[in-house]
Amino acid sequence: MTTLLNPMKISPMKIVVVGHVDHGKSTLIGRLLHDTGSLPDGKLEELTAMAERRGMPLEWSFVLDAFQAERDQAITIDTTQINFKSDKRPYVIIDAPGHREFLKNMVSGAASADAAVLVVDVAEGVREQSRRHAFLLHLLGLRQVVVVVNKLDLVGRDETRFRAVEAEVRAYLAEIGLEPSAIVPIAARDGENLAARATTMPWYDGPTLVEALDALVPLAPPLERPLRLPIQDVYKFDERRILVGRVEAGGFEVGDELVFSPSNRRARVKSIETWNAPAPKLAARAGEVVGFTLDEQIFAERGDVASHEASAPKLTNVFRATLFWLAERTLSPGDTLKLKVGPDEANVTLEAIENAIDTQTLARAPAVGVGHNEVAEVVLRTREMLSLDDHRTNPAGGRFVLVDGFDTVAGGVISTDGYPDQREAMRVKGTNLYEVDHLLSTQGRAFRNGHRGGVIWMTGLSGAGKSTLAMRVEQRLFAKGYQAFVLDGDNVRKGLNADLGFSPEDRAENIRRVGEVAALFAEAGMIVVTAFISPYRSDRDRARAAAGEAFHEVHVAADLATCEERDPKGLYRRARAGEIGEFTGITAPYEAPETPELVVDTSKASIETCVDAIVAYVDAHLAVRARAVGA
Amino acid sequence: MTATLEPERMPAFYPGRAETDAETAAHLAELEARTIYILREAYARVSPLGMLWSIGKDSNALLWMARKAFFGRVPFPLVQLDTGMELPEVYAFRDRVVAEWELDLRVEHCPPEEDMDQTLPPATRAAARKTVGLRNALARDKYRGVMVGIRRDEQATRAKERVFSPRALDGAWDFRNQPPEFWDQYKTDFPDGVHVRIHPLLHWSELDIWRYTKAEGIPVVPLYFSRDGKRYRSLGEKNITFPVPSDASTIDEIIEELMVTKVSERAGRTMDKETEDSFERLRSSGYM
Repeated sequence: MTTLLNPMKISPMKIVVVGHVDHGKSTLIGRLLHDTGSLPDGKLEELTAMAERRGMPLEWSFVLDAFQAERDQAITIDTTQINFKSDKRPYVIIDAPGHREFLKNMVSGAASADAAVLVVDVAEGVREQSRRHAFLLHLLGLRQVVVVVNKLDLVGRDETRFRAVEAEVRAYLAEIGLEPSAIVPIAARDGENLAARATTMPWYDGPTLVEALDALVPLAPPLERPLRLPIQDVYKFDERRILVGRVEAGGFEVGDELVFSPSNRRARVKSIETWNAPAPKLAARAGEVVGFTLDEQIFAERGDVASHEASAPKLTNVFRATLFWLAERTLSPGDTLKLKVGPDEANVTLEAIENAIDTQTLARAPAVGVGHNEVAEVVLRTREMLSLDDHRTNPAGGRFVLVDGFDTVAGGVISTDGYPDQREAMRVKGTNLYEVDHLLSTQGRAFRNGHRGGVIWMTGLSGAGKSTLAMRVEQRLFAKGYQAFVLDGDNVRKGLNADLGFSPEDRAENIRRVGEVAALFAEAGMIVVTAFISPYRSDRDRARAAAGEAFHEVHVAADLATCEERDPKGLYRRARAGEIGEFTGITAPYEAPETPELVVDTSKASIETCVDAIVAYVDAHLAVRARAVGA
Repeated sequence: MTATLEPERMPAFYPGRAETDAETAAHLAELEARTIYILREAYARVSPLGMLWSIGKDSNALLWMARKAFFGRVPFPLVQLDTGMELPEVYAFRDRVVAEWELDLRVEHCPPEEDMDQTLPPATRAAARKTVGLRNALARDKYRGVMVGIRRDEQATRAKERVFSPRALDGAWDFRNQPPEFWDQYKTDFPDGVHVRIHPLLHWSELDIWRYTKAEGIPVVPLYFSRDGKRYRSLGEKNITFPVPSDASTIDEIIEELMVTKVSERAGRTMDKETEDSFERLRSSGYM
């Protein structure tokens, strides 16, 4: 066996070629293939004949522009992958188009590359797309860039012109944190300084393009980083329950205890499963796809991230990101999209746009929206807890795409700055808790009841009408055949929460317990209507996390003046008189929901209208039409 | 349990597991890991799912990796687009592997050449039968996803493919407006009437496939090996595919040949030479 592993001689290095339109990317690639002897026999003759048939001179870009449509328009439409070899190693080159509207194709090509070649026309210098592409390369995670300054033949191979463009490129790249490995003056059409050193530019003593490429280092899987193993699927083809996924960072061994995020459940690796392997597998490391079994039958599913306890990812439902927006329409705060991080998916809402970034000047400025092909720093919020990493420490767990409807519309990298790890808050305190998989499915219950379970969580000021509405809604739902039940202060504080007073901690615990009980009711198939002021967003978020998708927040939005005027229990009067400390709306804040599922305003509409709205909401969202079951 | 191939039952075309040097092994492991990841993504996110099996070396390697990905079983049906024009060795091989590996094979008989677009050149027209066969299989079994073992290095239009490539109901490929695909996030959400072609082998080269076939001991149809100075480099219907001059009669010799050749893999495919855009026209209308 060879002891020193060197796949470099066999695994091609992936190079993306980017740059402004007409700066000569396809010509560069076509000529490079020719000069390194990588064109198939007869290809040059075939292209020459074709050019003659069309009555035009041979262009090197014809090699790549395989589509007829492209030849007609003389621009590159999509990414193309072509193999070539230097004396040192094989390469795959990805040609990325320069036209602005084809940015999504450039991103598709560039994201998988080990390194980039940025082509700049010496006569035109750094242009809009040169900057945009370089900025996106950095955002996509590329750190190795070779710059070629092209078309030196058109400026008489003049050193002064080259040095000016060289300085311009270097300055821009330095601002975005990239240092080019080399800046090479070339004449792609004539093959100068590509594979062979040009004798026509004696003032240049740096590497040729091929020499510069050969000096790059291929990306290696992050073996030294903490383990990150996102679960892709769970298979039960036979008696084994096999979890599968790709080790994105670090490694593990049979016997290791893993913690699964965001559930915080733990189990030991019992075996690493293989098929047709010469020997049992006892360890796995970054870059490998694995299947493994656990010693405990804990619940784990696609999207969970396995790690070691001491170096687990961050848990949060709000984070900062820098994203590039590919859709035609403008992204605005409040927009909800699907977030994909590795195999994990969640609905995410754009909470704020902190800055738009001008990729030309790198200026940051406030913005109300993110337009087509723009870059922005944003804050994103999800309902469920996510396990995330900062992209600087773990690229694979720190980047995401956004999906709108059926389409991928954005990519972004995560910054975990500024928001706390919420793992402690998620921790299950009991140590002897084991999840027992229920034999009855949620769908089965929904089918029997004719509706899904749900939590209708009313929040609003004292006197807004929550209890009145809750009782009327319960009555109406029951009459319509729904299993419905109200949880309010009266029935909860008598028993379940009899030990709790009215201190801020006890009030938070009161809401936590109500949230958990409501979630159980919902899981049991009931529609539970809760009527609590629940003034803090964090408390309601926790209740939402407990019930998950079954949670429906209803803001009972009567204004303070109306509520104080009603004052059914005389509490506002007493609060104003200073007889009650910490009264919501007077001496303590009420944090109104930002994105409730429903808003009813009892100061503007009658109770009956509000009840109708809530019942209609339940009909629309929780009723199960016969054909929808199992869908 | 899945049937395993006992050494004594191995016919000549089962090459057997071979020792591979560490560099090649590392390279193949990387390629294999990527393919298995894609196979598992497809299985997790797309249903119903099927895999096209042409019985050639590429789709055999893909099938082998599917067995690895799913620990010995293939949890979706295989679809063979059968024109009735494959060489007899291909059918013999198919029947043997299906029995030994306990595969769920659905043979789709393609409609006759007379039903094809008559403006296509003859060999392209013959190949178009598979396009229509696939369309029929999609319509009948309602597949939302079909895995196809094409590679980027085979042909220039295939080089432009996405790993998850959505198609309209008629199979048409809108190559001008392909979805963005990066960071291994594939398009898995589609409106009704759209299916997705999944290409788990795009990143493999012809040489890689042979190295892997050798390292894993994957069975191949014996037509790939030289007989009387000729071998099939790419397997297709007997009326439109021809053997090319070669003395390579073992996998090692094929690998040696590929390391020096500059002849294109599809040199024995007549349709590629008919007109400049034959293959592009085929692919735009739904060919693999």
